[in-house]
Amino acid sequence: MNLLANNLGFRMLNEIIRNTEEDITIDGCFGERFIGSGASSKIITVNGTPGNALGAYLDGATIIVNGNAQDAVGDTMNDGKIIIHGSAGDVLGYAMRGGKIYVKHDAGYRTGIHMKEYEDKKPIITVGGTVGSFLGEYLAGGIIIVLGLNTDACPVGNFTGTGMHGGKILIRSQEEPKYLPKQVCVNRADEEDLRSVKEYLEEFAALFGYGMDEIMSKSFYRLTPNARNPYKRLYTYN
Amino acid sequence: MAVEFFYPEYEIVRNFDRCIACRVCERQCANEAHEYRSEDKKMAADDAKCVSCHRCVSFCPTRALKIVKTDHTFRENANWDGKSIKEIYKQAESGGVLLSSMGNPEKYPVYFDRILLNASQVTNPSIDPLREPMETRVFLGAKPENIERDENGRIKNNMPPQIMLSMPVMFSAMSYGSISYNAHESLAKAATELGILYNTGEGGLHENLYRYGKNTIVQVASGRFGVHKKYLSGAAAIEIKMGQGAKPGIGGHLPGTKIMGEISKTRMIPEGTDAISPAPHHDIYSIEDLRQLVYSLKEATGYTKPVIVKVAAVHNVSAIASGIARSGADIIAIDGFRGGTGAAPTRIRDHVGIPIELALASVDKRLREEGIRNRVSIVAGGSIRSGADVVKAIALGADCVYIGTAALVALGCRLCRSCHTGRCNWGIATQREDLVKRLNSDWGCKRLVNLLTAWKHEIMEMMGGMGINSIESLKGNRLMLRGVGLNEKELEILGIKHAGE
Amino acid sequence: MREGMFRNVSGCAISGIISKSGKRFSGQTIVDSVAVMHERSNGLGGGFSAYGIYPEYKDYYAFHIFYDHKTAKRDCEEFLEEHFEIINLSKIPTRKVPQITDEPLIWRYFLTPLPTKLADSQLDEREYTVRCVIRINTTVSGAHVFSSGKNMGVFKAMGYPEDVGRFYRLEEYEGYCFTAHGRYPTNTPGWWGGAHPFALLDYSTVHNGEISSYDANRRTIEMYGYKCTLQTDTEVITYIIDYLHRKKGLTLKEICSVIAAPFWSDIERKPQEDREELEYLRNAFSPLLITGPFSIIVGFEGGLMALNDRLKLRSMVVAEKGDTVYVASEEAAIRVIENNPDKIWHPKGGEGVIITLEKGNP
Repeated sequence: MNLLANNLGFRMLNEIIRNTEEDITIDGCFGERFIGSGASSKIITVNGTPGNALGAYLDGATIIVNGNAQDAVGDTMNDGKIIIHGSAGDVLGYAMRGGKIYVKHDAGYRTGIHMKEYEDKKPIITVGGTVGSFLGEYLAGGIIIVLGLNTDACPVGNFTGTGMHGGKILIRSQEEPKYLPKQVCVNRADEEDLRSVKEYLEEFAALFGYGMDEIMSKSFYRLTPNARNPYKRLYTYN
Repeated sequence: MAVEFFYPEYEIVRNFDRCIACRVCERQCANEAHEYRSEDKKMAADDAKCVSCHRCVSFCPTRALKIVKTDHTFRENANWDGKSIKEIYKQAESGGVLLSSMGNPEKYPVYFDRILLNASQVTNPSIDPLREPMETRVFLGAKPENIERDENGRIKNNMPPQIMLSMPVMFSAMSYGSISYNAHESLAKAATELGILYNTGEGGLHENLYRYGKNTIVQVASGRFGVHKKYLSGAAAIEIKMGQGAKPGIGGHLPGTKIMGEISKTRMIPEGTDAISPAPHHDIYSIEDLRQLVYSLKEATGYTKPVIVKVAAVHNVSAIASGIARSGADIIAIDGFRGGTGAAPTRIRDHVGIPIELALASVDKRLREEGIRNRVSIVAGGSIRSGADVVKAIALGADCVYIGTAALVALGCRLCRSCHTGRCNWGIATQREDLVKRLNSDWGCKRLVNLLTAWKHEIMEMMGGMGINSIESLKGNRLMLRGVGLNEKELEILGIKHAGE
Repeated sequence: MREGMFRNVSGCAISGIISKSGKRFSGQTIVDSVAVMHERSNGLGGGFSAYGIYPEYKDYYAFHIFYDHKTAKRDCEEFLEEHFEIINLSKIPTRKVPQITDEPLIWRYFLTPLPTKLADSQLDEREYTVRCVIRINTTVSGAHVFSSGKNMGVFKAMGYPEDVGRFYRLEEYEGYCFTAHGRYPTNTPGWWGGAHPFALLDYSTVHNGEISSYDANRRTIEMYGYKCTLQTDTEVITYIIDYLHRKKGLTLKEICSVIAAPFWSDIERKPQEDREELEYLRNAFSPLLITGPFSIIVGFEGGLMALNDRLKLRSMVVAEKGDTVYVASEEAAIRVIENNPDKIWHPKGGEGVIITLEKGNP
């Protein structure tokens, strides 16, 4: 099904999406919010600039954006896939529990914060370019990969992994990420780390037309929490 | 100073003439305050471990026990009371932030206790609630802006999604994790039997409790624990938790030690990891972002559920509420500074926020001034203790109230304020299997149903006295209230006259 | 102290007569009717509304205004001239009656909104007029517009209704519908504006009883631009009816289902379609439900509605003779003017009796 977004308004647009089982291509998208909210099947292709909260609570569907996405992509996403052939705004994958997000270029502040995993649910965010500060804040599970393919510097901002108490962040960088908070341990990624994310890197390469050689041409750093309960010693009972 | 000893606040007094050393007290006390001394076949007690929860007192078959407040004291000082001194010792020893449980216990004014109700005499009749019809049903949700008609002139049903309640009381958010499974199930069962709603809190919804969905509010907090499509779709309403009266501006933190078994499964996080709810929703840094979250939830559920936004009563609450009303929320829940909690930093609990009575009065007034009171319903919480508090809250302008502490007290809570220890002897604020078992959910349900059935009768009696036979005619009916011992400013904010006026 | 500065609750006598064919009859009839219920009033207020009495000016708003003093008249007329074209103005004719004293200046104006002002306001003509009335009553000191409809008028004063009728020479007016009110307030209203009927545009209300939902209703209706300056039940009921009828487009029958909504238990027993509609109305307008005892007669252009509270805590009798319908607090008040009605009955609580003129009348 083909839809022209720009004279529908988000409520009507999303109602049509909700009420069809078919795959959908949306053209002329200019900021229509909540596309694919809670969707569990079908492929939604968006040509243009989808509005905030794209794929919130996504539950199995695939969303492809040919262009840039705005803020709050994949909020509380449970399953499915979001592929952005461009960049994403702030708070990408907030509290995401499952599924995969691939961003070709950059993502904004607070990417993947409060992501968590449970049993077979393991969220994966792969960003090809750089990300803003507070990457993986409160991270409790899942994997965030930042490749920095468009930069020679370390591709993350400040306060990466602050409050992190689970999960893993992999950063492709020549230099070690600096000024990390004390809840975070940083190490060179070992072979096991790279093997565990190989399938995501390959999917990323295939989606956006990169060679694996190029992706693997730099070293990766691994960030993990250094204690599971970071604030345990803060309180005294009254 | 090497030793930091506090003389216990409470003493366990045992009448040895009555004590038969049956050891019930010992078995009942998870704090291990009682001990059997085999050498002389007598019971002994360690007062320091006692939290004054009365479990032993209630179970002692010979009534041999009582708990008294100690008369051990510091030198009298009107400024430096014993509590302030002890707290300094604790912090000097540990370097820790003080942590407390349940609502603010300090001596701030309770405005409900300074407000009196009206009754009819002569000029119009009071109504007998036992024999005449007396209606307490309420609908929560936005009301339609305009009447639309079909081609035959019949009114079209353009009513936004509503919650129907048999009486204007709901159980407020208490997460599975902060309270036990059996406590949660008691609330769910009672809500179903009473025709009202309970609230999951932010810890997700146990799979066994999905069957009570029609009477369930599911909460979405900053941690998003257990939030997924089925969770949202299975409920009667969705509540976005922005804040809580006991700890405005503070997030939540359930330690990893409590994330075990079913709790881990329900929150959908691995066992042993901390469940942290950040203070803000990190996708909401401004009011327009709230609109985004409200509508993302509506989109995810096809506009079939009312969305509640819960905020703590803070200084600027009326402006905040007005913003929320314009953000697509159907219901605003306001939680006053006496609201309860499983754990909160003591200083926050006792010093942040404002009383629900003032917050409610000011929000109701502001929304009316702006002509948008009909766009949202208001739920008031934060220490509603009786049927009279309910009536006063409704007359001040609430559509409904939330009760949390009162419900727990019905389940046996003694307000010992030790929830954070996880050793609740009444099986409420604990996950220890042996303790949880002490609270049978059928018994709990019965107690909650009894409590609210009694309150409902009281509410009807008070309404009847005022000559009102439907709760909607009480809502915002401030002429039915008079203040006693309140100053001009307080009366002005409450929008009521002084008694005698 | 005068009405509006305190809440004044009243018991009352009410009466109403309408000719369905639109045949006009003398105001003396309604005076005779309400006079029978002398015991239900205490001399602190009486009044009438009369429909169809100004056929020669039927396209103009007829404002009846009390002035406390000449300055008020000057200020008010200045306001009227700014907003309306004044077609005609005169003192309302009265006769001296010993029981009626301390009368204010009582004037009548036939008006039509100034077209340019009306266009600038972007309001419809009726809303424009309502806002002007509310403006005068809240901002022009000493002036009170107590009647503002077309082809109708309210006449009221401090005193027993029969004396008020004689004072205003009501027998000289001919109309197709009249309502009357004798008031028994618990406090002295202190001025004539406190007497009833209370009217806005062509809606006029006479009411008996003290409602218990007053402040819930008042605080809701004030949200929509009304100002309850008199603090009386009648005032708030009139505003509610104006709001629901004129602004929300509800029919009178639907309005009865809002202000005297059936009990939920009754609603549940209705057929599905009715049940849905009743539930919708009651829920959508829940703060406008009126509880406590009331019986009201609402007059409007082309009809009359009589309604009791849903518990029927006040008395009301309705009778029919030929094309004339009578409503009163007591049967005697009907018998005295029509001793031999075709039909006489006591409507159920919450069940509105709505009489409209037969087609084409008047």
